[in-house]
Amino acid sequence: MHIQDLIEKHGFVKLSGDDTAREIKRVYTCDLLSWVMAKGKSDTAWITVQTHNNILAVASLLDFACIIIPEGIQVPEEVIEKANEQNVILLSTSLEGYEIFKILYEAGVR
Amino acid sequence: MKPYMKDPANAAMKLHYEVAKDDFARAGEASSKIKSVLKQLGIEGGVLRRIAIAAYEAEINLVIHSEGGTVEAFIKPDCIELYIEDKGPGIADIDLAMTQGYSTANPAAREMGFGAGMGLPNMQKVCDDFTIESEPGEGTRIKMVVNY
Ligand SMILES: Nc1ncnc2c1ncn2[C@@H]1O[C@H](COP(=O)(O)OP(=O)(O)OP(=O)(O)O)[C@@H](O)[C@H]1O
Ligand SMILES: [Mg+2]
Repeated sequence: MHIQDLIEKHGFVKLSGDDTAREIKRVYTCDLLSWVMAKGKSDTAWITVQTHNNILAVASLLDFACIIIPEGIQVPEEVIEKANEQNVILLSTSLEGYEIFKILYEAGVR
Repeated sequence: MKPYMKDPANAAMKLHYEVAKDDFARAGEASSKIKSVLKQLGIEGGVLRRIAIAAYEAEINLVIHSEGGTVEAFIKPDCIELYIEDKGPGIADIDLAMTQGYSTANPAAREMGFGAGMGLPNMQKVCDDFTIESEPGEGTRIKMVVNY
C-alpha cells in the first residue's frame, strides 16, 4: 500500500510532506517515544496521539513512511510547519487505531 | 566499562552541538543534523539507524533531565563516536538509572510520551561500546561507539 491510497481511497487528510508515492511496509502504534525509538523500523506508518515537534524527529530519524494522527485529533499549526520543513508526512483521520489497522491489513501490509 | 576518554585522534570530522535544558521545541535537532551529515557521507543504513537512536535518546535526556550540555560526534575511519556531556545534576545511582522502566521524568514530560525509562537501555543496546560516568552535583558524561 502507498500513502496516496490512504488519501485517495480512505479519505485520510495530508497535513504535510510531499512523497505520497512512498510505500507503507509496516504499521506500528505507541505513544511512548523511547519505546518507538527501540522498536520502530523504516517504512512504517506510525499511529500516535502525540502531536508535538518531537514525533517529527522520531519519524525522520527512523525513516518512517508517515505519521498517522487518529480520531480527528488536531495538530498545532507550528508542528505542521515544522513537518513541512523536515518533509515528514503527517496524515489525519477520524478513524480509531483498530480501523486504521484493518485498512492497512486488508491492503496487504502484514 | 572503560573509563570515559575523549579520543580525537584520526577523526576525519567532528560535529558539535549545544543542547539546552527544557528546550522541547528544538529537541532532536542535533541528532537529525548528525544523521543527515552521516547520510551524505554514505554511511550504511544500519549504522545510521543505531547512531540516530543513540544520539536522540542522549539528546532528549539532556533536555529533560540535565541543566544542558553538548552532543559531539567524531567520524572515524572504522567507527563513529558520540560524546554527551552535561552540566549536572548528575546521576547518583547509575545502575538504577540504567534499569529498564526506571524514570524520574516529570508529569509534563510523561504527557509528551517521555519517561518510559528506556532511553539509557536503548543507547547501550545499539552501541558496540558504551561508557557512562557521573558525579552528583557535577554532571554526566557518556561515550558511545558504533563500529561500521
Ligand atoms: N543526563 C542526565 N542527567 C541526570 N539524570 C539523568 C540523565 N540521563 C538520565 N538520567 C536519569 O536516568 C533515568 C533513566 O533515563 P532513561 O533515558 O533510561 O529514561 P527516561 O529518560 O526517564 O525515559 P525515556 O528515555 O524512556 O523517555 C532518568 O529518568 C533520570 O533520572
Ligand atoms: Mg531518556
